[in-house]
Amino acid sequence: MERPLTQHIRPGKEPMTLPEYEEAGGYQAVKKALKDYTPKEIQDLVKDANLKGRGGAGFNTGLKWSFVPLGDDAPHPKYLVCNADEMEPGTFKDRVLLEGNPHLLLEGMITAAYAIRADVAYIFIRWAYQLSRERLANAIKEAYEHNYLGKNIQGSDYSLDMHIHVSAGRYMCGEETALLNALEGKRANPRAKPPFPQTSGLFGKPTIVQNVETLCNVPGIVVNGVEWYKGLSHSEEGGTKLYGVSGKVKNPGCWELPMGTPIREILEEHAGGMQDGLNFRGLIPGGASTDFLVEEHLDTPMDYNSITQAGSRMGTGTMIVLDDQTCPVAMVENLEHFFAQESCGWCTPCRDGLPWTEKILHAIEHGVGQMRDLDTLSAHSKWLGPGNTFCALAPGAVEPLQSALKYFRDDFERHINEKRCPWR
Amino acid sequence: MLSEEERREIDEEIQNMPNRKAACIEALKAVQRHRQWVSDEGIADIADYLEMSPDEVDSVATFYNLIFRKPVGEHIIRICDSVSCWVTGYRDILNTLQETLGISLGETTADGKFTLLPIQCLGTCDHAPALMIDEDLHRDLGPDRIGEILAKYK
Repeated sequence: MERPLTQHIRPGKEPMTLPEYEEAGGYQAVKKALKDYTPKEIQDLVKDANLKGRGGAGFNTGLKWSFVPLGDDAPHPKYLVCNADEMEPGTFKDRVLLEGNPHLLLEGMITAAYAIRADVAYIFIRWAYQLSRERLANAIKEAYEHNYLGKNIQGSDYSLDMHIHVSAGRYMCGEETALLNALEGKRANPRAKPPFPQTSGLFGKPTIVQNVETLCNVPGIVVNGVEWYKGLSHSEEGGTKLYGVSGKVKNPGCWELPMGTPIREILEEHAGGMQDGLNFRGLIPGGASTDFLVEEHLDTPMDYNSITQAGSRMGTGTMIVLDDQTCPVAMVENLEHFFAQESCGWCTPCRDGLPWTEKILHAIEHGVGQMRDLDTLSAHSKWLGPGNTFCALAPGAVEPLQSALKYFRDDFERHINEKRCPWR
Repeated sequence: MLSEEERREIDEEIQNMPNRKAACIEALKAVQRHRQWVSDEGIADIADYLEMSPDEVDSVATFYNLIFRKPVGEHIIRICDSVSCWVTGYRDILNTLQETLGISLGETTADGKFTLLPIQCLGTCDHAPALMIDEDLHRDLGPDRIGEILAKYK
């Protein structure tokens, strides 16, 4: 099985230097793109490959790029921003790529930047990823020395500068328009869309924001083509995917597998199944802001369409497992505590609604909840859902809540009837 | 007044920005690097240098959880309280830390050595539970390892 994203990662060792990476076939995408393709042709390749955004939204990447103005009349400078602010709870896949092979990300970024004729590229990285930042800084320095960055890259007429911005914190920065505000030195509140960043983004100029894993998929598509990329996958959606499992399983970890690998295979073959003495109760498939799935969903392929049909979201593809000795009410309380804390406060439903859900969950967990609280929680799931808030934070926050109310209703009722948490 | 070193670091950032204000977060980080936290005086210094109002700088400073507007200890312990660490034993780690240090979350030890803070998911969930002390990541934690880890920072 081919693993284009992780094939050059040497666990426990330093990442490849630029010459080592070139020796292994690296940076061919940049050379090929600059020599053989127009920016529009790169966009079309990536679009036809059906590379879906790996940050969680799952939007067709090439299609997103096609909204950026090209040609002599296009505003400049244009920007490409890599979102390396991996802060979705339970998600640790981008760290693997950043620490393991920073040159693959740079190659993807330079190729993507060329596809929109960007002048400047930023990597927006969270503070906690110290080793990633250090290794990226080294890789960028090497890329300048070998003329993959800077003026007239590889003798072409294309030039690109790259900078790293280390975030000062807050989950909100992962939202692309909030991230742009943070890069501009402001509070990371989200912006109204439209205008979309593709036409008016960083400092009002055309900007593309892409997740680390998405960008790491680009070199393979350019070098090996659309058919090869589609062939990597078990589903309609192209490529491989980094899947992660955390929680009380035998072998938590992160693996590059064909897109559409069934949940059961990831959970049992790769993560080794549940720890001894524990039983599986459910999982959230793609980070904290996705709906719970349960036993009946375990044969669902992990791809964007299939997980949506099962009633959840693929999100980041890193799942968190709930075992039978962990209280589902307390787990949801932990999740809503996170979202209430991370709400930026910009819009009222999110700022006021999320702390309310957290307080109700706290009351139920501590044996002072009432049956009608469950109706209030259900109402919040609706009022904080899509279309009622300024950005996707609150709709994401209520996904695990609404699905917990559905699948673990008995557990909520037991807390209320027995006036205590049965797990304490 | 910003020190010469602080000004130099902020100037380096301004170079890559289309306007001075855009360097606000970098300026806050620079001041914090040199002074451990950002006092009202620090806010005023930055405002003056970037041609912003102090309130505007403060609105940025108070948004970001990694900028401190209160004094902190010599070492910052940030314990992950997000879901994967919570499932795998965050509570035991927190209790051990609090008992060992004699402080609660958000507090600093009397000798000024340690400040204990919660932090969002550290992105190392396959090695949960985890915490960071200053810029060092510690993972696969059990309550029995806390004493040995803290000893490194005494």
